[in-house]
Amino acid sequence: MDLLSMGKYGFYVWTSFALTGFVLTACVVQAKRRHRKVLHDIARQHQIMESE
Amino acid sequence: MWTFFHKLASPPHFYSLAGRMTPWFAISGTLLIVYGTISGLFLAPADYQQGDAFRIIYVHVPAAYLSMMGYSIMAISAGIGLIWRMKLAHAVAAGVAPLGAWFTFLALVTGSIWGRPMWGTWWEWGDPRLTSELILLFLYFGYMALRASIDDVSKADRASAVLALVGAVNVPIIHFSVEWWSSLHQGPTLIRAEGPAIDGPMLYPLLAMIFGFTLFFGALLLMRVKSEVLFRERRSKWARRLLSDGAH
Repeated sequence: MDLLSMGKYGFYVWTSFALTGFVLTACVVQAKRRHRKVLHDIARQHQIMESE
Repeated sequence: MWTFFHKLASPPHFYSLAGRMTPWFAISGTLLIVYGTISGLFLAPADYQQGDAFRIIYVHVPAAYLSMMGYSIMAISAGIGLIWRMKLAHAVAAGVAPLGAWFTFLALVTGSIWGRPMWGTWWEWGDPRLTSELILLFLYFGYMALRASIDDVSKADRASAVLALVGAVNVPIIHFSVEWWSSLHQGPTLIRAEGPAIDGPMLYPLLAMIFGFTLFFGALLLMRVKSEVLFRERRSKWARRLLSDGAH
């Protein structure tokens, strides 16, 4: 358990690493979402073109 | 050589190449980050001055390095885009901005979390390193806001490229701030004339984290630029073919 307590700095160390995990995950989620949106927009645009 | 660059700059070729490269960057980056995190948190010895709080450098240093590397990539690509009217370069600049902003945010917050127990303050207004890094965040925000405010892509490219280039002066200021002015922030640890001021068991996790973060950043950048290229080429034949083939 000593290993996890990080001396008296547990709060600071764990917050930093948790935040890092969050930011890296958020970057992946955002990038994927952006790509899906572009694909979706193109698909819709083609539907409009075909219906004209 | 030139045919390689020519092919690379062709949107459909770049798109498929980037798609194939992304998993390699993502997997190797993730593995290095996992190794660096475990060894940085549990195997590296505590610092004799900073105790366990020093472990925050394992996320702070790579984030800060990539915040500046991201801006350099953005400014150089924007410059190439302006001078040689290369669309792919503008797409790289537009793709790297949100990533750079995230990593700048991470560098600022982890630095602040480290500063609280070490310096006794979350933030010090007027400190050159802290202030110039905060300006970096605002430059990324400004760049993205400017792009978002202009509908025409090529106009947005040119206007935002000028902003990126003007703001580039901030990057060396961040880098040298700890030498030019007196700063709370400590001086460089790794890149020094006398060699790294950090020993093996502490150093290896840091190197793993720096390379891991860089590869992971590379994967994110490839994903972002892919989307950027596809959006710009949305009316092209290859984009349509991609979609009818069940694109991903």
